[in-house]
Amino acid sequence: MKFYRMHVLVAEDTRSIMAGAKRVEEALVEEIRLAGLEDEIRVVPTGSLGFSDKDQVAIAIYPDNIIYCPVLVSTVPEIVEEHFLKGRIIKALAHPMEQKEVTMEERTSENQMNLDIQKRILLENVGKIDPENIQEYIAADGYVALEKALFSLTPEKVIDEVKKSELRGRGGAGFPTGLKWQFTRPNPGPVKYVICNADEGEPGTFKDREIMEGDPHKMIEGMILAAYAVGGTHGYIYIRGEYALSIQRLQKAIDACYEYGLLGKNILGTDFSFELCIHSGAGAYICGEETALINSIEGKRGEPRKKPPYPPSQGLWQKPTLVNNVETFANIPAIISNGGEWYQSIGVEGSRGTKLFSLMGDINWKGTIEIPFGTSVGDIIDNIGHGVRYDRKLKGVILGGSSGSLLVPEELNTPVDFHSLAHIEAGPGSGSIVVMDETRCIVDICLNIAEFFRHESCGKCTPCREGTAQICHLLEMIASGNGLPEDIDHLEKISQTMMDASFCPLGQTAPSVLRQALKKYRQEFLDHIHNSNCPAGVCNMNFTEEV
Amino acid sequence: MENKTVNIKINGNDYTVDGSLTILKACRQAGISIPTLCYMENICEEGSCGICVVEVAKSHTLQRACITQVYDGMEIQTNTSRVRQARKTILELILANHPQDCLNCAASEICELRKISYDLGIDETPFEPTKDLDLPLDTTSPAIVRDLNKCILCRRCVKECEIVQSVNVIEIAGRGINSKVSCFMDKGLGESYCTNCGQCIKVCPVGALTEKNDVDRVWDYLADPKKHVVVQTAPAVRVALGEEFGMPVGSLVTGKMAAGVRRLGFDGVFDTDFAADLTILEEGTEFIGRLTKVLNGESAHLPLITSCSPGWIKFIEHFFPKCLPNVSSCKSPQQMFGAVTKTYYAQQKNLDPRDVICVSVMPCTAKKYECLRPEMDDAFDHWKDKLMLKDEDHFQDVDVAITTRELGRMMKEVGIDFEHLPEESFDSPLGESTGAAVIFGATGGVMEAALRTVYEVVTGQALPKVELEIVRGMKGIRTADIPMVSADGKEIIAKVAIASGLGNARVLLEEVSNGTSPYHFIEIMACPGGCLNGGGQPISNDPNVCEKRAAALYSQDEAITIRKSHDNPEIKKIYENYFEKPNSHLAHELLHTSYVERDLYELEKEDN
Amino acid sequence: MEEKKHLLEQLHDIQDADKEHHLSPKKVVELSEKHGYSPAKVYGVETFYTMYSTEPRGKHIIRICENQSCHMANAKNIIQHLEKKLETSVGGTTKDGLFTLELSSCLGMCSVSPAMMIDDVPYGNLTEDRINEIIDSYKEGK
Repeated sequence: MKFYRMHVLVAEDTRSIMAGAKRVEEALVEEIRLAGLEDEIRVVPTGSLGFSDKDQVAIAIYPDNIIYCPVLVSTVPEIVEEHFLKGRIIKALAHPMEQKEVTMEERTSENQMNLDIQKRILLENVGKIDPENIQEYIAADGYVALEKALFSLTPEKVIDEVKKSELRGRGGAGFPTGLKWQFTRPNPGPVKYVICNADEGEPGTFKDREIMEGDPHKMIEGMILAAYAVGGTHGYIYIRGEYALSIQRLQKAIDACYEYGLLGKNILGTDFSFELCIHSGAGAYICGEETALINSIEGKRGEPRKKPPYPPSQGLWQKPTLVNNVETFANIPAIISNGGEWYQSIGVEGSRGTKLFSLMGDINWKGTIEIPFGTSVGDIIDNIGHGVRYDRKLKGVILGGSSGSLLVPEELNTPVDFHSLAHIEAGPGSGSIVVMDETRCIVDICLNIAEFFRHESCGKCTPCREGTAQICHLLEMIASGNGLPEDIDHLEKISQTMMDASFCPLGQTAPSVLRQALKKYRQEFLDHIHNSNCPAGVCNMNFTEEV
Repeated sequence: MENKTVNIKINGNDYTVDGSLTILKACRQAGISIPTLCYMENICEEGSCGICVVEVAKSHTLQRACITQVYDGMEIQTNTSRVRQARKTILELILANHPQDCLNCAASEICELRKISYDLGIDETPFEPTKDLDLPLDTTSPAIVRDLNKCILCRRCVKECEIVQSVNVIEIAGRGINSKVSCFMDKGLGESYCTNCGQCIKVCPVGALTEKNDVDRVWDYLADPKKHVVVQTAPAVRVALGEEFGMPVGSLVTGKMAAGVRRLGFDGVFDTDFAADLTILEEGTEFIGRLTKVLNGESAHLPLITSCSPGWIKFIEHFFPKCLPNVSSCKSPQQMFGAVTKTYYAQQKNLDPRDVICVSVMPCTAKKYECLRPEMDDAFDHWKDKLMLKDEDHFQDVDVAITTRELGRMMKEVGIDFEHLPEESFDSPLGESTGAAVIFGATGGVMEAALRTVYEVVTGQALPKVELEIVRGMKGIRTADIPMVSADGKEIIAKVAIASGLGNARVLLEEVSNGTSPYHFIEIMACPGGCLNGGGQPISNDPNVCEKRAAALYSQDEAITIRKSHDNPEIKKIYENYFEKPNSHLAHELLHTSYVERDLYELEKEDN
Repeated sequence: MEEKKHLLEQLHDIQDADKEHHLSPKKVVELSEKHGYSPAKVYGVETFYTMYSTEPRGKHIIRICENQSCHMANAKNIIQHLEKKLETSVGGTTKDGLFTLELSSCLGMCSVSPAMMIDDVPYGNLTEDRINEIIDSYKEGK
């Protein structure tokens, strides 16, 4: 490999591209060429640098550890001349917390990455390597875990390590990953599938995207390791059709793997073979449910199947099938490299390792974070998110997506782990944290969630199909000042029935935020109904006398 | 899979049951009925309606009894308040989006939704509609009317059409609250590759699917003094009509039926069975002709496939048009009857064929489509030149076909006390028939009737035993080898096959299509079990309805002295006096037909 | 891979190749006949997934998100503004045939909400001014 004295990393996640990152990259390449530095300085597109809440392009310069943000096409000549040619850091352009020069270390400690709180296992390479270049992943110890497994571990031993790590599935249900693998392995057959569920569609969730766009090889390595462990022969990455950049990066990564002998027949010269391809969805949230996802790959309507049989015994095309989430797979390489015990030492009892969260809403810093289990929600909001925006009062937090739970300020000291959250009827769910300040109306928020589920219910079972529509209707009435006192009972009754009798988790969890809202913010609903009053002033209460 | 037994508790009581059972079946065995609106064993096991939920210890959600298998130690509660509350709320949610017009709903008496709502003590839904309940009816089909406003999305019709019939003309389209049962591109059934078999009507738990109601047209004809209105009743009607009046499944009501239709005011009360005997002579002759050719080394299309079932005919026209030369050119008995009525009968009675109206009572919805087929006007063509008929005089061979259910409604409308009617006979001459004809109503019946005649024609001897048990039964596909020795001493083994239900028909057709079919003669009926389970028959929840109706047909066969079609004296007479011999020129003109290759959809025009 | 090309991918191919970005009935029937699918079944699949359209659409497809995060960032007003700017409502196509406006479920761009995609290109932190600018740039580029 050629030696460069300097690397310029341009953040090229979806959001940065939106802000013009591609044009900045082109300008950099051109200016560097004009300056005659093309053999010394290399421009590399990378994943998010952690400025994802801004509509700005950021670049990082190594080994100087400088981040410039915002970078415009028009500022590129100055950067090239001052910094690259003359070696002078442009303080005015350096990314600011309070206008001072910020290095990578400072950025991590001050801006978003209080290292006491965050721990980067999954995101270790994101923002540091070119996600479209397999060599950079390899240089960052990529595919070492695969090599270790293929040449020194039996499949059973790989499963053992995953079991020892106590890793639990990151898709929402939290099923122990090692156990799932163990169930899948003994099921016979010449064909066995390994599917990566990359159908991230929970509103307010974008953490899987961070991996797929910033470090796709990590997830792919995890899949290959899983295939080796369970005897998988064919793999699919089922990804949302809307994630165009992720699809493109993953495809490049897969192509490179085939080229490097990491996929296909006789991987790394061993007897182990594994084929992998991308299958893009076409717009259906329900396909995040594993059996609906399998139906979708089979070319059917994405409706859930009855279980049992579970996918490990009869999944895709009736063959044994392992389905794991993007984040779950991305955990595997580190577990195999460092051993299950190492991973098990991170986090807390029952919830091991780190967890990605998408942080957003009325908060000062938004983006994807990685924390060890056990950190409290309040800590995340205060120390990573820098608190509620505009110094407003916190009203509540929606944790784990629209199908997750609603936390009031008093519950925010709850540690984020499966066990502690279960005590307050919550869970990490999809890994989203939506912060709401005092200006939000809970009826309005619940109605928005209800509209989402009405739209996304597959319609197969009555409780969910009719229930989501009826809840939406009742909330519309309440939000427009036309609610009736008995509507609260009706909402509770329908919610209970949906939880009890819906066919799949979509319908069972669709009313969960509403149920908690009716309990924790009941007065607000009553105000809407009895006084035709939206305390937050959000709802349009054009009360009309019913004829 | 496993036959081991397991110990379970249902509502606190211990039971030992087969471990392969679902909760639903285990409960039924224990005498506990669990309501469901979507379940149909082996056909619709989607678990979509959610009414059958029960509580199972250690499960945090309620479980669907219809699709959840029992396991050792399972503790089931079917009657807790949580279960009742869930079922009630689900029903209330359904009712919010269901028109409350039970009074004038065709399914009123048999509506499962109405019954379950009543059983569960629902008086009124507290919820408002969440979707448009003003969708237009789909009246594009001559056989089936769809009212999507009433549909509760149970999916039984979709599964019946897909799994049993392998037609799959309807599917759930759209998503969530906007989902509905739909043909491709939301077209009407009549614009699609629907076979009109009507099996969907039989499984609909509400009134979303009904036959096209032609009762008023029949009343109009009967009220017209200029018209000579005759009626023909198909073989399967007589073993089902009684059910419309509360009689047990499998009651044989031939005499009461004749008495009943006579009281409706028909000028001639006849029997499709007469035409069934005619069919045997025409089709048997056609079969012997083709078989002889093949045995002599000449080419002919074998296997010969029966053509009595109009749903089946439309199916092969859409899905296997290349196999059409294998289908018998014989019209169905309904259509032979119509052609004979308006030619032979009109001539005998000295009636102007324009004034003769032929009404048929069929167990079938596809018959409504069949009598509208443009080629089914051979009587008109026959008279056209002779009587100098003009275009506006045009008439079809059969004017209107009604179902068994519609006939029941007509009788109820005029207050006929069916159970207490006397036993009467059909009128002459088109009321005479044999035991061979009556078994047309059961799957295998046409084959048995044909073989009774073919065997005798080929061998010159009567069958050793007139009952051919080997071709009977309710299995979807049955095959038999029938050894015969011809008059000149040649040994022939006729290989025959019988399929009922279009999914089974497809299996045999795949073989015909790829040239591997080993058979000489195939009988196909569109409906599972044959006409006795047709789409126009009374809707029964008796799981053994087919067997019981078949038993009634076979008992009538045994009770009739003449049991072979060629022995029917009126049939002999019609050949002597009119057709001359089977497959004669005149027979071809009036009793035979041709078929059409049909695309699934013709879209060429639309796109341009 | 060992199975024939999956139905969803085939439908994507048909739609991508179509100049009106939709699944034309004729093409779907051809596909059905070729692979032995029932046309009704394929129609059921087409209408299940929001990215497919059975109706002809404009040259560019705007997918705008109205879920939680975008909702909290006032997506409703943004959508209204888009409808005004395009002179069509959600689900409709502009008179010049340039745009079809559709609602989308969460696009995963919550940290820059409100957000939309035009074809494969994402746009975030939408304001009325930015929308005008973006739409105008497409209009000029036509």
